[in-house]
Amino acid sequence: MRAGLQANKDVERIKREYKKFIGRKITFIIFSILLIAIFAGLAATLGSYQIHPIEVYGIVLNGFMNSILTGFYWNPETTKEMVVWNLRLPRILLAVLAGMGFAIAGAMTQGILRNPLATPYTLGIASGAALGAAIAIILTKGIIFGKYLIVGNAFVFSLIPTFVILGLTRLKKATPETMVLAGIAMMYIFSAVTTVLMYFAESDAVKAAYFWTVGDLGRAQWDAVIVAFVALILISPILMIKAWDVNIIMGAGDDTAKSLGINPEKTRIFIMLLSCLLTATIVSFVGTIGFICLVAPHITRIIIGGDNRYLVPASGFFGGALLLICDTIARTIIAPIVLPVGVVTAFLGGPMFLYILLRKKKDYW
Amino acid sequence: MKIRVIDLEFSYSSVPVLENICLEVGKSEIVSVLGPNGAGKSTLIKCIDRILKPNKGTVFIDEKDLRLFSQLEIAKKIGYIPQGAKYSFSATVFEVILMGRKPHITWRTSEEDIDRVVEVIKMLNLEEFSMRDVNELSGGQQQRVFIARALAQEPEILLLDEPTSNLDIKVQLEVLDIIKEVVKKREMSAIMAMHDLNLASRYSDKIIMMRDGKIFAVGEPSQVLTPENIKSVYGVEVEVVKSNGSTFVLPLRPLRGNFN
Repeated sequence: MRAGLQANKDVERIKREYKKFIGRKITFIIFSILLIAIFAGLAATLGSYQIHPIEVYGIVLNGFMNSILTGFYWNPETTKEMVVWNLRLPRILLAVLAGMGFAIAGAMTQGILRNPLATPYTLGIASGAALGAAIAIILTKGIIFGKYLIVGNAFVFSLIPTFVILGLTRLKKATPETMVLAGIAMMYIFSAVTTVLMYFAESDAVKAAYFWTVGDLGRAQWDAVIVAFVALILISPILMIKAWDVNIIMGAGDDTAKSLGINPEKTRIFIMLLSCLLTATIVSFVGTIGFICLVAPHITRIIIGGDNRYLVPASGFFGGALLLICDTIARTIIAPIVLPVGVVTAFLGGPMFLYILLRKKKDYW
Repeated sequence: MKIRVIDLEFSYSSVPVLENICLEVGKSEIVSVLGPNGAGKSTLIKCIDRILKPNKGTVFIDEKDLRLFSQLEIAKKIGYIPQGAKYSFSATVFEVILMGRKPHITWRTSEEDIDRVVEVIKMLNLEEFSMRDVNELSGGQQQRVFIARALAQEPEILLLDEPTSNLDIKVQLEVLDIIKEVVKKREMSAIMAMHDLNLASRYSDKIIMMRDGKIFAVGEPSQVLTPENIKSVYGVEVEVVKSNGSTFVLPLRPLRGNFN
């Protein structure tokens, strides 16, 4: 009788502990969303053009109401309205969306490649995009002409390494090792081509091409915000659905995954394609902002654990908050000069990452 | 018969690893597969679960051809615990065991899934570890976690690839006791690849001895574990002792040179 009671207590305790454990993960997600809200509110009021915070929120509210009511994009009239609506707001939104996209793609790539250092950049996205942009800037040749010459080129070229890796997996098994090594090989090839291009180009063009590779949110406009939003809304739910399969593949290995009814190779390729597509879309607008896709998932993993079902949304929101905070610092620290956000993410994220690594007691991740 | 393997053949890039394998396992039965390194034990187990696709032959479960099953349908029938199973990322015991529910759910864990997990946690006495990280547990505790994961899967068949490797002798007995208990209680069937002849003898209803990808001998432990068989399969001279109705193997010396 007493043993039975004890057993029942144990059952209740285990269930309670598990639910508490899940609760902690959800708390972190809510915390990250709050962080985004607070910093978005703050960032909107900061800038070299002085506008009173209440006025800022009035303009933002007015802008959204107008866009929703008319179903069209609202054209601001006064300078204040233009600063807030056309400069600050798209920049803030793009920072959040880009941070989310990078972090989600990074978390999934680390998982499927079973590699703590892997990001979509490891699969050649950054060097592909850089070559595409360099061709557009230096040779002024591209897939699409006009306003989207650089963006279009960067997007198409950034996905070439992904498709080469995809082709290789038709000939060779899609193991994490094959994919990482193929990605790195592509990285070297593309960088070499970019270097050759730059070597023979005018110095102004070289400077422009180089600046493109340093990730920067200064190019943020509403079109970029909308494209990034659509990519995120379409791709991240699919990644979330696959998150549990990725848990099993990364932790327990391919054989166990198969014995649980998962096709590890197909899943790996599918996740790679989606993660790269998401990253490429964002990179082609903002350039290669490094570090977020590496660091945001790691910090999140250390805080809430490795279950991808929660890690994907949590590191998404955390990555959004992180990039927004970095960009706010980049805009204000030596105002009126605006630093490229990629520099701030590395300066801030690097030491933060080291600190967390040192404090972490476990030697696995 | 629960499992019937008929004329199974498998080769890694034209090097035959399994040839002409036929075997049968009944309900509530434990069958051990013995043989030296490279005899094809692990390959056989993977072929039965269709983790590897055999070149020829097939496996029947309840007289149904496994080739007609999807990997997910197989996952509902067969649980697999690989050799040296580990979980290489940070995850709690509860989360790892919950993964066994994968064939039954896509994303959302229901109250029933949680109940099943708690049930196996209790069954394998893992209560105090449920929220600990698997990587912090001892080898024996980890092995219990992986058995629990396979049981949470609610399969009818268990495949175990050297379930006792790297465990101390007490834990070896504990793990095999657990396997024996669940196989009898849940009327499952188990096939395990084993290295330890004495443990195989003690815990198996039937033994299959393999050499070079072929079955060399099949039968009850006392029929298969003979000095002659062990000499030809392992190249070791042994003495076989019967005590309390069990068969024990005492290794004497390895044979030199070509012993076939």
